[in-house]
Amino acid sequence: MATKVLDITKEHCPMTFVKTKIELSKLQPGDILEVLLSEGEPLDNVPRNAKEQGYNVVAIEHVEGTTHKVVIER
Amino acid sequence: MADNRKLSIIAFSGDFDKLTAVFTLATGAAAVGYEVNIFFTFWGLDAIKQKQGRSFTGGNWLTKIFGFMMGGLNVTPTSRFNFLGAGPKIFRSLMRKNNVATLEELVEAAKVLGINLYACEMAMHVLGLKKEDFIPEVKDVLGVASFLNLSEGGQTLFI
Repeated sequence: MATKVLDITKEHCPMTFVKTKIELSKLQPGDILEVLLSEGEPLDNVPRNAKEQGYNVVAIEHVEGTTHKVVIER
Repeated sequence: MADNRKLSIIAFSGDFDKLTAVFTLATGAAAVGYEVNIFFTFWGLDAIKQKQGRSFTGGNWLTKIFGFMMGGLNVTPTSRFNFLGAGPKIFRSLMRKNNVATLEELVEAAKVLGINLYACEMAMHVLGLKKEDFIPEVKDVLGVASFLNLSEGGQTLFI
């Protein structure tokens, strides 16, 4: 079971979602993807979309400033 | 949330900015789990040409000249502020500087995300274009009836 980190704090729509989707699709069952993202649209939507697509959102943590970490498990 | 998450876009314009809108919506929707279809017609066909610069693609002398004047993805003009072709270069550099995906990056993302790309049979006929003139990711050549069938039950946009 592997853990991968994806930083999309410097990305903008739609690449925030595109990069997350591409990394999520590479996960094997049990693998974890930690997504570092900004407040606003990415934080509002990335966890929700991951859930909708059948992934398990394990945690949402505040890192610093406007950056948050969303832990997603397949 | 709708049960049928499907977005179908008719890409009519060959303008850089409008194609950017097409591919932004398409990749964003595909990334959040939508099934996405793009139906390229008329000027929009420029976006999916195999030759991305200017080339004499076409059936006869007239459509060959049209093909050269229309060009491919790399030479699409902006609908405003084109400045004789300098506009798209300025916008590309602004997009890179601000870390916003360029049109080319969005098209690549569309391929990776498995977005369904279709070409309009009628417009191809008028412009003397063949399926081989397009990128291999183009799934099929369609008419109105097939597009309506594909888009049924989802959302449809004309850009």
